[in-house]
Amino acid sequence: MKRLATATVAAVMAAAPVMADLVFPSLSYRTGAYAAGGIPFADGYADYMTLLNERDGGIGGVMTRILECETGYNTEKGVECYEATKGEGALVYQPLSTGITYQLIPKATADGIAIHSMGYGRTSAANGKVFSNVFNYPANYWNGASAVVQHILDVNGGDIKGKKIALVYHNSAYGKEPIRTLEELSKKHGFELSLLAVDHPGQEQKSQWLQIRRERPDYVTMWGWGVMNQVAIQEAVNIRFPMENFIGVWWSGSENDVLPSGDDANGYKAVTFHNVGNNFPVFEDVKKHVVDTGKAAGAGDQIGTAIYNRGFYAAMLAAEAVRNAQAIHGVADITPAMMLDGMESLEITEARMAELGMPNFGPSFKVSCENHGGPGTVGVAQWDASSKTWSLISDFKETDMSVIQPLIEADSAAFAAENNIAERCN
Amino acid sequence: MFPDQFLFGVEVLLNGLMAGVLYALVALGFVLIFKASGIFNYAQGVMALFAALTLVGIMDGQVPFSHLINALFGTDVHHFGWHVPAFAAILLAMAVMVGLAWIVQYFIFRHLVGQEPIILFMATIGLAYFMEGFGDMMWGSEIKKLDVGIPQGGSFWIEEATAFLGGSNFYGFFIDQLDIVAAVVAIILVVLLVAFAQYTKQGRAMRAVADDHQAALSVGISLSFIWVLVWSLAGFVALVAGIMWGAKSGVQFSLSLIALKALPVLMLGGFTSIPGAIVGGLIVGVGEKLFEFLIGAPFLGGATENWFAYMLALVFLVFRPQGLFGEKIIERV
Repeated sequence: MKRLATATVAAVMAAAPVMADLVFPSLSYRTGAYAAGGIPFADGYADYMTLLNERDGGIGGVMTRILECETGYNTEKGVECYEATKGEGALVYQPLSTGITYQLIPKATADGIAIHSMGYGRTSAANGKVFSNVFNYPANYWNGASAVVQHILDVNGGDIKGKKIALVYHNSAYGKEPIRTLEELSKKHGFELSLLAVDHPGQEQKSQWLQIRRERPDYVTMWGWGVMNQVAIQEAVNIRFPMENFIGVWWSGSENDVLPSGDDANGYKAVTFHNVGNNFPVFEDVKKHVVDTGKAAGAGDQIGTAIYNRGFYAAMLAAEAVRNAQAIHGVADITPAMMLDGMESLEITEARMAELGMPNFGPSFKVSCENHGGPGTVGVAQWDASSKTWSLISDFKETDMSVIQPLIEADSAAFAAENNIAERCN
Repeated sequence: MFPDQFLFGVEVLLNGLMAGVLYALVALGFVLIFKASGIFNYAQGVMALFAALTLVGIMDGQVPFSHLINALFGTDVHHFGWHVPAFAAILLAMAVMVGLAWIVQYFIFRHLVGQEPIILFMATIGLAYFMEGFGDMMWGSEIKKLDVGIPQGGSFWIEEATAFLGGSNFYGFFIDQLDIVAAVVAIILVVLLVAFAQYTKQGRAMRAVADDHQAALSVGISLSFIWVLVWSLAGFVALVAGIMWGAKSGVQFSLSLIALKALPVLMLGGFTSIPGAIVGGLIVGVGEKLFEFLIGAPFLGGATENWFAYMLALVFLVFRPQGLFGEKIIERV
């Protein structure tokens, strides 16, 4: 009798339809020294997926599922998280760390899973001919470096010959990414570039800022993360460096970075590849369907902050790639391989963003087999300390691809040679 | 008129001294606990973080554990709606640190009396991770501005008064006002700690426990009370360090990493000497800044300060394993 009952249960379980879902691993860091940046990104990413589930019943009728794994911004833990979650049907990884991204590139490629390292990671992954599984649209570090120089050109009437620009950078793979681009741009435009490395975590930067005070650069740009950003902005205030001449990359451009310096941080700038603030219709939906129903990943008070918006935007791009994959293959419950197809032919238009309640949230762009990096268009945001808000002071403008593209080609060719990768998309 | 390069070197040296004071403030907490109980307190950096988080939380009228309360009861409480003045908030934060000292002693170290030093050290590692998570749950992980009225930024009058020393490229010495305040506070703190240890009954009892636990017990000194006292003092030093470092960068979880800056100071100054922590801090501060200025930035691509501090400490260790002011351990067969 007992055997019969067991067999009946097994038969019923086998016959029942499997509850499909779309799995999005979130390699987050809610603890440790970089948590203040990791939390809003993870919240934004999760809240968008929750919104789709609550408001629309998922994507194409299939519910989304976030698989969150804590990395502590630690590369080894990031790899462990990847290994622990990849078997769950993971569609795309957002490692949120350049170090983790570098480690996952060969693994994800071998496993046939996509990586979306939006605004971080290996810049030359923009070359889809070499990096089949890695995408870094809509912009990468080198676009960011070029955008900083472009902005300085704009405010100087197109001539910055003889000007001094200092790069204050996190002494890591991430912080060193813009150096080659800036060196090339320095040759092209005739500005003098000085490099100032700051060791992790960047709590003490007196030496670097005394050097800046001695050398008096016209502009300072920063590739920082975590406490390094807050200390750098405070040290710049201390030496009375003009804030409007201090321009950070997007990872040095959040509310966290400027608020500790109070009113003195007014005028600080940061380049960005997505819009800022909470004045978008979609956030009304988030409030109604996610926050007010108690399903928000956080307290619901981060909506509109720079890094929350970035996580939200990343989730929107992932969801749109799923829709695209569903349309291509005519299947709602897509596989990781189908997701790759969806990402590789993704098209984001202004009309679609407006339809999603996110007008002008980011640039319009189209991904292709050759170009996994998108358009590389970047805007500039400026901090207003009195209203405690960022505002875009430029459109998303094209960056200097005549300098960036050869660097992408050279770096990706070196990677292909090292790893015996034959170019695709022919 | 002096050559500009020489004046820049002097400026770096002055700023190195100031940075050294800030390192010493962290190292002092380690010394107090190690001296009295032989415990290397890995949690000292996290104590500075926890103290600063508590201070800001009290000042801003933040509801402790608000995220947890809201999640459990569906409420939406975050702030009490009041703002506590800095001085009162510092006193309240200190009271919390005394309470923490009692809890640490009562629930952890009371049960570990007589254990090997490595066991005690491991207990402090556990304590550090627990306090980090507890602090996060209690006060949240966002970066908080700490404003207790300490001035910040370059001292204009020093810049103006010294600008004449050099040529047109020299703009006067830059010294951060916060660093000057930190130096004054550190001096007062050391004087108070030394006076407490030398001239009060509890201070003398603390020294007796540091010298010989069993002898102290035999004359009626309560070990438990002294250890609560020492952890409270270390909590007070952590609060001061947390205020100074938190004012520089905002109060955030990377504040716990300032302990990394204290380790070479301890290796250099010795684990048992309060003046050693100060002198060690100054040597590390000046050494790393001058090395970066003279060799690191021009020839090695910069960012040499972290490893140079440890290298400097290692060189000292080779010649004086007990540190500059540490007690030489002599074991007779």
